[in-house]
Amino acid sequence: MLAIFKREIGSYFNSAIGYAYLAVFYFFSGLYLFLTSLAYNSSNLSGVFGSLITISMFLVPILTMKLISEERKQKTDQALLTSPIKLSSIVIGKFFAGLFIYVLGILITVVYAITLSFYAPMEWTVIIGNVLGIILLGGALISIGVFVSSTTESQVISAIVSFAIMMFLFFSDGFFQNITNPTIKEFFVQMSFFTRFQDFTIGIIDISNIIFFISFIVVFNFLTVRTLEKRRWR
Amino acid sequence: MIEVKNLCKNYGKKKALSDLTFSVKKGEILGFLGPNGAGKSTTMNILTGYISTTGGSVKIDGFDILDNPIEAKQKMGYLPEHPPLYPDMTVAKYLSFMFDLKKVSLNKQEKKQAHIKSICNLLKLDDVYKRIIKNLSKGYKQRVGLAQALLGYPEVLILDEPTVGLDPKQIIEIRNLIKGFGENHTVILSSHILSEVQAICDRVIVLNRGILVADDTAFNLSNVEACVKYTAKIQGDEAEVLEKCKQLDSIKEILSLGEKEKGVYDFIIEGEVGEGQDVRKSIFDFAVENNWILLGIHTNEMSLEEAFLNLTKDIKETDITKQDSSQVEQVEQVEQVEQVEQVEQVTKKDLIINNIEEEKDVSDI
Repeated sequence: MLAIFKREIGSYFNSAIGYAYLAVFYFFSGLYLFLTSLAYNSSNLSGVFGSLITISMFLVPILTMKLISEERKQKTDQALLTSPIKLSSIVIGKFFAGLFIYVLGILITVVYAITLSFYAPMEWTVIIGNVLGIILLGGALISIGVFVSSTTESQVISAIVSFAIMMFLFFSDGFFQNITNPTIKEFFVQMSFFTRFQDFTIGIIDISNIIFFISFIVVFNFLTVRTLEKRRWR
Repeated sequence: MIEVKNLCKNYGKKKALSDLTFSVKKGEILGFLGPNGAGKSTTMNILTGYISTTGGSVKIDGFDILDNPIEAKQKMGYLPEHPPLYPDMTVAKYLSFMFDLKKVSLNKQEKKQAHIKSICNLLKLDDVYKRIIKNLSKGYKQRVGLAQALLGYPEVLILDEPTVGLDPKQIIEIRNLIKGFGENHTVILSSHILSEVQAICDRVIVLNRGILVADDTAFNLSNVEACVKYTAKIQGDEAEVLEKCKQLDSIKEILSLGEKEKGVYDFIIEGEVGEGQDVRKSIFDFAVENNWILLGIHTNEMSLEEAFLNLTKDIKETDITKQDSSQVEQVEQVEQVEQVEQVEQVTKKDLIINNIEEEKDVSDI
């Protein structure tokens, strides 16, 4: 697992993807920090976090699109699948590599918070809730991206499909507002990443929300393992 | 060391492998031979656990590849048809990654870097050790692929066309390396270069459309049908030589390969096989008699390709038709009959010319 993790991190920074991702992420988070906090002389970072989930939705598919599809295209999956390691180690290694880069991006908000704390009192519980929430949310998005990447050889298809699924999950409550059946409507409201994330932004760390995101991560990583295992089915 | 029993693989309705059974002992070098689509790479991919089987079992040193994949894979090094290289990594980083991935265990004295370096040294990769793989030539990429298969000197080495893209000097070096390695390890290699299989392998398995056609030593296979053929270089009139030689009792068949030098023609002469009969003497005497100048004569042994074509010709009426009529759709049958007809259309002359050219290639090497 560690070998895969190290290789993927190396691969992000050997190519421009890692740098481009972080540069764009830092640029937009900085821009939103200025527009939503600094411009109003406020130390409230909620605006920054709110905007980061949209940025993540656009950028995470780029981070995950090549993770497995590229292996299949380059036929390097032959090296992975014929090595004496478990399929789950391959998937987890790749998942954490994606998450690592994602967290590197998110940590900039902590730098903002610490910097601002020199000038104004900070609501640390809200910030911790936000950081935790956005990391869990990112984990769920990355697991979806890795799964989609395992189903195709094309990076472009991988990115587009991941983006579509993510967008659907984000706004599933909004999309199905007009549904009259209360059970189905409730289902989509509960599935909405946006609704789940809302609690974190106001500093409420609800265990059900944490479990929701973690289950999402586990389920999609499991599906990825099964996709890879499919080749070995009789 | 390797036990393969009743291996079958279907891709949808297409049968890629059917009922393949063979075993390989320790210290044996086995060659896979067969035309494109014969199932060589499929077999190798199944042996290494990359794809599953439809039926049958594969055991590596007693470990089933599907039930105990980790243990079985630990014993293998695999060079697939396309070397599995990450183009963005340097050779050093790639081999280090593969070393970790394969969980290579070394003696206490040997260090990881020293081990990788020694393999690079063996495959002459020192010059490109720090270079990025995507910038390497095809030959170097092939060697890096071979290097990763050799990491940890696994007990079983599976190589799918290992000398593709190498220069002639390298081919000989790699062949010697594989031969040396095969003395105390098990090696399976596939190749479309027949002389290579003949040169390296102790045993050859011939596959055709997923069916095992022959399993024998390279030497025995090329002697399936004993016939003695010679190439003679004669300076003289082509038509006259052909006409007069046909009248000779000791000559079974004679074919002209055309004018190779000015006024000098090459002929393929097949002699009658009989005790104490040597067609070379007759050719020499006959040349003197007719005032032709005999500039050279050499023996053409039947190559594996000829043996292979003979073998595949034999199975066409029996195994394939039997299997097809029961299991494959009619459309496929028509296609296969067409393919068989195509094989039949390869004339004897073409075959012989191919052999000569191949031999020339080998002698160039």
